[in-house]
Amino acid sequence: MTQNSDIVDVIIGMIGTLPQVTEVATPDTNIARDLGLDSLAVMNFVMQLEDRFDVSIPMDRLAGIQTINDLAAAVADLKGRSPE
Amino acid sequence: MTILDKFKALQGAYETVQSAGHDPFTVCFDEVLSPSEAVLKGKRVILLGTNNYLGLTFDSSCVDKAVEALMQAGTGTTGSRIANGTYGNHAELERRLAAFYGTRAAMVFSTGYQANLGILSTIAGRGDHILIDADSHASIYDGCRLGHAEVIRFRHNDPDDLARRLSRLKDAPGNRLIVVEGIYSMLGDTAPLKEIAAVKREWNAHLLVDEAHSLGVLGSNGRGLVEQAGVEADVDFIVGTFSKSLGAVGGFCVSNLPDFDVLRIACRPYMFTASLPPSVIASVTQALARVQEDPGLRARLNINAQRLYHGLEAEGFILGPQVSPIVSIRMPSTEVAIAFWNALLGAGIYLNLALPPATPDNAPLLRSSVSAAHSGTQIDTVIATITAIGSELGVIAPRSHRPDMTEERQGDLLGEVLWQPGQGQRHNHAPVTGNPL
Repeated sequence: MTQNSDIVDVIIGMIGTLPQVTEVATPDTNIARDLGLDSLAVMNFVMQLEDRFDVSIPMDRLAGIQTINDLAAAVADLKGRSPE
Repeated sequence: MTILDKFKALQGAYETVQSAGHDPFTVCFDEVLSPSEAVLKGKRVILLGTNNYLGLTFDSSCVDKAVEALMQAGTGTTGSRIANGTYGNHAELERRLAAFYGTRAAMVFSTGYQANLGILSTIAGRGDHILIDADSHASIYDGCRLGHAEVIRFRHNDPDDLARRLSRLKDAPGNRLIVVEGIYSMLGDTAPLKEIAAVKREWNAHLLVDEAHSLGVLGSNGRGLVEQAGVEADVDFIVGTFSKSLGAVGGFCVSNLPDFDVLRIACRPYMFTASLPPSVIASVTQALARVQEDPGLRARLNINAQRLYHGLEAEGFILGPQVSPIVSIRMPSTEVAIAFWNALLGAGIYLNLALPPATPDNAPLLRSSVSAAHSGTQIDTVIATITAIGSELGVIAPRSHRPDMTEERQGDLLGEVLWQPGQGQRHNHAPVTGNPL
């Protein structure tokens, strides 16, 4: 099963490729507040992330996610739920 | 510190829009003269953003039926459907809707918004899964939020992404409900319904189609995209509104499921609000009859839609991906969109200013909706006026500087190349449009 820290690294790597983002993200970066992404860009990024990890993050789970750590934990949890 | 401080950023954005001229969110007509014309601050304007697709708001037979019901049954029911608010004509309209769609049952709601709110929050319960198109209308998002099902968005009009997300659910317990729209309100594009129905069958899901913008508009009998795509047997629920092609207000859901009527005592947005006044029910019933007996309405609408779409396309505007009664023009920036919208109003044309985040891919739009009631002359006036202002504002090149536009233009239709699949999600927050859809 994928470790949280691996997922964090992948997320930070993916954020680094977004044209709108100039800062280097950290595990504690607040996704909506610190990256200069509007809400649509966040949603689009989440869809890319869902494809990368082959999960769907339900909307109520998304509402509670603030930091990259939170996002990684949600992905890890959803990956853990599904038998590989 | 007040409880409204959280809206400071929104207030600031609103003030910017207001400072450019007219306030697009509080346009108030002195008088509405017809389905296609109104008076605004003493000046006649062409109505090109009212979703009045068949132009039935002033249809004399609909007005007569409404007046008759008003005189016979009074101004309102003063009650909900489950108390004193069901009159004979409410039940009759439900029978007519069920007969029109060939379904077992129909439920009438007080608005189209409430139909989505009620049906989605009720039919999918805790442990069920709703899969919605990312570009869904706010009422679909809100219906999902009101209920207890798990909600997953799939990429706009992307059956493969839908199938992937269904497959990710694996053997998780619970029903699957897929929700799509017939015509999407911002760009006028239709759902790939045949393909979505195939996914539905493969995964043994339920399918709900919102035909708000397509009832009376698509299909050889006006039964919407479901009829046009030939998938009526695959669709479990059709939701729609009376406030667009049927020219009044209200919403409905039809279904062929045997126990559908139990929702009348389970669906809170149906049970705990006042029912529609009998006069509204009467005009809607007549408008539905007009849809069935006069296919010429749809034909005229289609001719007008073609005329506006191809007219603007030939002038070089970037439009939605297909001809539809909704013709949206992509604006290069919010500032230009606001200036363009104000200039159009000044020149006697009202349409909708649609700003992000209510639009796909953060592109501001000028959104027009064509009516069967528009004359060819009105459409031509609209094309000429939009073109003149578009040239002035630099949205399109002046005619003398344009390359030959007779060749098919490649790659500059909204929703096709500029907007790659998956890049076009509309946000589910409050739509910021000139005319709440």
